Amino acid sequence: MLTKKILLSAALSISALSLTLVSNSSFALSAEEKKGLDISMEAKKRDLGWQDSTADMVMLLRNKQGQESIREIKMKSLEVLDDGDKSLTIFNKPRDVKGTAFLSFSHPVDADDQWLYLPALKRVKRISSRNKSGPFMGSEFAFEDLSSFEVEKYSYKYLGVEELNGLTNFKVEQYPVDENSGYTRRIVWLDTLEYRIHKIDFYDRKNSLLKTLTFSDYKQYLAKHWRADNQEMINHQNGKSTELKWTNYDFKTGLTDSDFNRNSLKRAR
Amino acid sequence: MSLSFKKPFNKSSSNKLTGSLIAIAVSASLLLGNLAQASDVEFEASGNITVEQRYFFKEALDPQQLSHSQTSISVEPELYWQWNGGDDSVIFTPFYRVDSQDSQRTHGDIRELAYVHASDDWELRVGIRKEFWGVTEFQHLVDVINQTDGVEDFDGEDKLGQQMINLSVVNDWGIVDVFLLPGFRERTYGGEEGRLRGPLVVDEDNVSYESSAGQQHLDLALRWALSVGDYDLGAYWFHGTNREAYLSPSSQSTLQQSSLQQYYSQMDQLGVDVQATLGDWLWKFEGIHRSTSLEDFWATQGRFEYSFIGVFESNIDLGLLMEHSWDSRGEVALGAQGSLMQNDLFVGARLAFNDMQSSEFLMGIGSDLDHNAFSFLIEANRRFGDDFIVSFDVRLLQSNDENDLLYTLSNDDHAQLSLAWYF
Repeated sequence: MLTKKILLSAALSISALSLTLVSNSSFALSAEEKKGLDISMEAKKRDLGWQDSTADMVMLLRNKQGQESIREIKMKSLEVLDDGDKSLTIFNKPRDVKGTAFLSFSHPVDADDQWLYLPALKRVKRISSRNKSGPFMGSEFAFEDLSSFEVEKYSYKYLGVEELNGLTNFKVEQYPVDENSGYTRRIVWLDTLEYRIHKIDFYDRKNSLLKTLTFSDYKQYLAKHWRADNQEMINHQNGKSTELKWTNYDFKTGLTDSDFNRNSLKRAR
Repeated sequence: MSLSFKKPFNKSSSNKLTGSLIAIAVSASLLLGNLAQASDVEFEASGNITVEQRYFFKEALDPQQLSHSQTSISVEPELYWQWNGGDDSVIFTPFYRVDSQDSQRTHGDIRELAYVHASDDWELRVGIRKEFWGVTEFQHLVDVINQTDGVEDFDGEDKLGQQMINLSVVNDWGIVDVFLLPGFRERTYGGEEGRLRGPLVVDEDNVSYESSAGQQHLDLALRWALSVGDYDLGAYWFHGTNREAYLSPSSQSTLQQSSLQQYYSQMDQLGVDVQATLGDWLWKFEGIHRSTSLEDFWATQGRFEYSFIGVFESNIDLGLLMEHSWDSRGEVALGAQGSLMQNDLFVGARLAFNDMQSSEFLMGIGSDLDHNAFSFLIEANRRFGDDFIVSFDVRLLQSNDENDLLYTLSNDDHAQLSLAWYF
């Protein structure tokens, strides 16, 4: 069983490798596909080297009637160059989940490894990362909307340029590689100046417009890394929205692998 | 520590235990004294107050037991200090419950009073703590460090704080934990008035130990845990006082009627726990081998879960689960030593609504495959406003076999509603 599993994962990593090779080879792609891929690779490249970061996040959930509910979350992330990033998410509000923490090792193509710590029982639970399309904490953000951007997660098509927020933006269509994604496609607007994402339209499995995410109040850190202080997700189908406000961004704080294991998950605050 | 304890400890050795509690409190206050000089001390207070109402559908078998209604209120604050950027911390979590009917259920405990120091690849944890091991839900076979606070609930998930020194070392080949456990806690049981108990009351004053050290026996445990790809593995060895007492009817009972005396043997236990997380499937297994002077046996608990994501074109997740218990001692007569879960199957379904209120619903049926006994449970909970959680539970127990504990509980079908305020 174990040997079979190892063989299987070896086969998977070979296919992942060939996938990368294919998507990087220009002659397999049309001019629009090639340009879409190039823009996304450039956006990823421009943000490389942040090493690690910490930040606080407040989520404001709003339903159709305007009722609000708050989530307070602390994030710690570690850049992993030859794999997906590692992250530790610590919940502070709602108060009944205070002390709950979520550890994730993301992978570009393979399923992410995820553990949840439940403080009432002092229990660490390995959980399935299969539910990418489900809502995060009852918000309009799906788990996949909050995971780190990896070039291998999508195939691409360049749609042209468009004016947005007074800036010229590339308009790129992205098709999720993972069949468990809740989307058929996303349309992403990135400004031509700094390759910052300004807007994303999400299309559901039936290919109708589901949500729009807009980014505002970008700040630059360490003279390189751009982060938006505000993100607003509007669900066009159910009328609900979720606002994300980021504060206390800090980079290169000295976090290492040892800050992202079962033990650090249990004592996370 | 002004909290008064009703009956948390055995009288004979309460002095020594109180002594070590004081020692821990003194070292904690020394640490807190050091805090004053350390920069960036962060303090947090939180907790919950819960009101719980149980209703039993039928009269009790024993007229001494409460009749239908049982109300209780519990409080569990948590005080937390950290310094050195979180590398050093102290946590204090007292707990107290007042029960309207069962005097044994009115009780207090220090769930946690511990100092933790974290370094890059090791951690030292000293004090009263809770440590959970295992992967399954309906029975926690491998979970052995903390004593069960049995008077709290039927499911055995509530635990008493355990005094310990725990060194945890992180290696590439797994996390190794060494535990020194001074001071044993006796299990809590419902009193004469309590429901969900067998025909005989467990006598909390009639306790004996195999070890001449009694409650002061120093228990040891060594555990290894590793995550490789989709697999999470754990294995341990435990040497010390059996957390499960051998119960037998006492002849020289001080009570009018007969009661059960408790005998805590020494034990050696090997345990393993494995989880495979394969897409929509979760496979879980726990196994133990326990060796005492009275018996040697094996027991296992296996489980799988399958999840349907976003059923009915909604955000609702549906999980189907099945869990099986096996024990090498097989079927046992009521009162004889052995497990109630010798060949039992549980099937269940869980709905997670993934809404703003985190609504959840679980329904399950348990069945003893060796004879005619069933249990049925419903658990539902939902958040109201920002700070309140309402939970509703129903448990029905039924058995036609007089040998089964469930037979003696078959009048104890009940529903429970609880409201918890988190602050």
